Amino acid sequence: MTHDPSSARGVGASLPRKEDRRFLTGRGQFVGDIRRPGMLEVAFVRAPVAHARIAGGSKPAGLEDRVWFMSDLSGVKPIRAVSGLEGFKPSDLWPLARGKVRHVGECVAMCAGETRAEAEDIAAQVQIDYEDLPAVVDMIAARTNPPALVHEEWGDNIFLETLVDDDLDEVRRSAPVCVRRHLRTARQAMSPLEGRGVLCEWNERLAQLEMWSAAQMPHINRAGLSECLGIDQGAIRVISPDVGGGFGYKGILLTEEVCLAWLARRLRRPVRWLEDRREQLTASANCREHDYEIAVYADRDGRLLAIDCDATVDSGAYSLYPFSACLEAAQVSSILPGPYKMERYRCRTWSVATNKPGILPYRGVGRTGVCFALEAALDAVARAVGKEPHEVRLVNLVTPDEMPYRNITGKHFDSGDYPEAVRRAVAELDLPGWRARQKGGERDGRRVGVGMAVYCEQAAHGTSVYHGWGIPMVPGQEQCSARLSPDGVLELRIGAHSHGQGLETTLAQVAHEILGVDPDQVRLVHGDTALTPYSTGTWGSRCMVMSGGAVATACREIAARVVKLASHMLGVQPAGLQLRDGGVNVKGSDRCVTLAEVAHLWYRQPHLLPPDANPAGLETVAGYKARVDTGTFSYACHAVAAAVDIETGHVEILDYVVVEDGGRLVNPMVVDGQVYGGAAQGIGTALYEEMPYDGEGQPLASTLADYILPGATEVPAMRIVHMETPSPHTEFGQKGIGEGGAIAPPAAILNAVNDALAPLGVELTETPITPRRILAAIGATKSARTS
Amino acid sequence: MKAAAFDYARAGSITAAVDLLSASEGRAKVIAGGQSLGPMLNLRLAQPALLVDIRHIRELNEIRQTEEGCIVGSCVTHAAVEDGEVPDFTRGFMKKVAAGIAYRAVRNRGTIGGSVCHADPAGDWVVALTLLSAVALIEGPGGRSEMSLQEFVTGPFSTQLDPAQILVGMRIPRLAAQARWSYYKFCRKPGEFADAIGAILHDGSGACRAVIGATSGAPRVIEDARFLVERSDPGRMGSALEAAGVAHDPYEMQIHSVVLKRAAAQLAA
Repeated sequence: MTHDPSSARGVGASLPRKEDRRFLTGRGQFVGDIRRPGMLEVAFVRAPVAHARIAGGSKPAGLEDRVWFMSDLSGVKPIRAVSGLEGFKPSDLWPLARGKVRHVGECVAMCAGETRAEAEDIAAQVQIDYEDLPAVVDMIAARTNPPALVHEEWGDNIFLETLVDDDLDEVRRSAPVCVRRHLRTARQAMSPLEGRGVLCEWNERLAQLEMWSAAQMPHINRAGLSECLGIDQGAIRVISPDVGGGFGYKGILLTEEVCLAWLARRLRRPVRWLEDRREQLTASANCREHDYEIAVYADRDGRLLAIDCDATVDSGAYSLYPFSACLEAAQVSSILPGPYKMERYRCRTWSVATNKPGILPYRGVGRTGVCFALEAALDAVARAVGKEPHEVRLVNLVTPDEMPYRNITGKHFDSGDYPEAVRRAVAELDLPGWRARQKGGERDGRRVGVGMAVYCEQAAHGTSVYHGWGIPMVPGQEQCSARLSPDGVLELRIGAHSHGQGLETTLAQVAHEILGVDPDQVRLVHGDTALTPYSTGTWGSRCMVMSGGAVATACREIAARVVKLASHMLGVQPAGLQLRDGGVNVKGSDRCVTLAEVAHLWYRQPHLLPPDANPAGLETVAGYKARVDTGTFSYACHAVAAAVDIETGHVEILDYVVVEDGGRLVNPMVVDGQVYGGAAQGIGTALYEEMPYDGEGQPLASTLADYILPGATEVPAMRIVHMETPSPHTEFGQKGIGEGGAIAPPAAILNAVNDALAPLGVELTETPITPRRILAAIGATKSARTS
Repeated sequence: MKAAAFDYARAGSITAAVDLLSASEGRAKVIAGGQSLGPMLNLRLAQPALLVDIRHIRELNEIRQTEEGCIVGSCVTHAAVEDGEVPDFTRGFMKKVAAGIAYRAVRNRGTIGGSVCHADPAGDWVVALTLLSAVALIEGPGGRSEMSLQEFVTGPFSTQLDPAQILVGMRIPRLAAQARWSYYKFCRKPGEFADAIGAILHDGSGACRAVIGATSGAPRVIEDARFLVERSDPGRMGSALEAAGVAHDPYEMQIHSVVLKRAAAQLAA
């Protein structure tokens, strides 16, 4: 009894995005666009040093009622993002520092003024006395030879150590090929166009805190706020309006949110804080800083025998809510084997505390680093056995006849043809053409190289995966509340949030697919805890699978009720009816009633309803969970041709191909956008983005002049080739695809650079691949040869 | 961040601007396009008591051709040069340089005088105009004065300009019909500040001058740069780069020598 799929506006259609009109005409509404009567602006006094004891502090004379320290925030508890993994050491993140500061930019005092400038004037007058402590900056030193302890009570600087053990003795003795590499990825500052922003107001009538926040997970923020403030969740309403990019950066309970919530309640005045670019770069959560000591054992064909890895993740000073300091490293050990088969696998990880901001899972999370480490090592294997890199991939990838496949760490790969993605990438890039061009050399003296990277990405993974982490949230049933309004417009309420994903469009397509409702007649209500069902929110590439599944389930229920009422109206049994073009019609006839007419009957003409009409009406809450909730596995092969100027170290991307399989695509154009955007960020990781720290823990890139982001001139015209292998576990066969673009570029680009420099005997092992690093590597190889 | 409070005055004439600056006893800043000062104000790196806006002074927006070349007012924007509003008396050199400065949005507002007075070593005009032997025209309480740009820029972000003086414009000599120039800039990506700039000018009758730019100091002039173009003496380039203060860092040394070589190759082509 589903909708007749003849329409081109349902699942699979490249429908233009409904939300774009307001964004393209500058009519989006972000926290920065919202003002409330009598609102004060907030500025924070932030730690100027990375590690110090707070010996004292004083408020400027006459402004005592405009400045607050932690000691003023009576009853407020610290943010505590625990993990259930054995041995995890929790940290207390006080909304304003108490006793010690542990990274530059940590909030120490809160100041309020009529304007932000006035609040900053006040902040400049607050005196804090610091007694400096040695800063813990390098993650390896932090765990092996710590200059100080970030949290003294721990006795070391290790949030968590994990081990996936295996007996590698035999492999170590007998493997014909072993490559060892030390690889590193730099610390990054996630940089959405819109930073964070928070506006809090106390609603006297409802005795409720109203918070507008640029947040990906408003229900989780509400839960965390409730714990910190000691008020019940019903007394908090979190509204996430338009949000200018999330990427993981906005999947957090901020100290600033706790502070403003307390302040609005205390002052009974609206207060707002807007993160500025310097705060975003130097004070807020970071990502991606990994160190890998990896050994790959293989036979002479490049077939993997074992991987042995020690991985360290710099988790910064505090465990952040809700993902914790350890999700990233724990993920490293569970996904390092990638899409490949191998006989043995050992991986030890450390989540290390340093005097830097904490970390958040950035688009791709641990996979970007993992893919970088493994794919760089696989290229080294290919060079060692004298094969093309894609040949080594092909002998190791899980094949379609092995699907579904349980890999060495127990991951359940749902479906796909991984080798075919590699073959298509090789063909699309024209590898033989590039090899011929390499032989001829470049007229301008540059060196050309080709690189590739393959990954599979677990997405929309649910309860069975997350309950094991023991972090403050576990996804369960994802819900949609659906209501057919009296005029036939369909309202969908979901607890996840759309901030670039295009859910206002794609979920309307899902509704259209099931119910036949015109996508323009679907309103998506999201980003408001008062109006939507509970959800862990938008993260883990989960919305199209989870919210999409919930919308489909709810629409199916509404459809059944609509048909029942239509049956009464038309005098035809339900079996003789079908949903089509925004109505219900009698099969084989022109007779029909529109959804609006059915709704009109229910709401406006109840006297005409049959006595056995379903009292639940045209409104329902439905839950959805995938049949197998271990996640979908989308996958891709990125292939790159790049030119390296060996005199300046400049890298130019000459061609970029993405072959990806996201299962059934609900809206291919939206998926293309996700792939482009993700890959652009991956290019940033590969070539540009880096937050360096000096020996005292001072961040050295405090403006976008120093923190270089890729722009229009750095992102090539990529070519995307879609494969569509449905997931057997989801509503339409769709897979999570939102993060994938950001996973492979650092690995693929590094491999291209290394391919270009191989004739010189030069190999890079660290991102970003800057001119300085390339020239240093070339210089080191030269001096090694001459000495 | 938001700027600390300041007063704002729009000067209607050069005299008025100088009077405002004199009265402020060093606590004022001149603003024209604001492309450098704006961010510095917002970061509170600059906290002047008064901003003297000189954009609306007619004379500072003038472009005047003379026998020897051209006088370009301080408030002429990079975009005006890029768009050809300044007559081409440098055989396309200034137009090329202007088009490569940052992004169009910056070029629309940023001014030649502002760039020169800011004296960022990685800025384009301090390098390009030093190559052209331009002369800075200054006005202050003591009247008009002038000095070569090479003298005017004393180091990174520092010039000879007194707090009560303003840069009125640049007098830039005309290039001879047979003159040739090259300008090679290396940036991490288009629009970023340069990591290294190499610029060479051959006057067509034997004299050849080069500038090493985007170092940690003022642009370094090589008065007789024939050895670069003729590739006659690699050792001299090394000592020139050493004198420019880039020898401490192998990366700096490498890219500065590469941009000089490439500028030389461009000139020869």
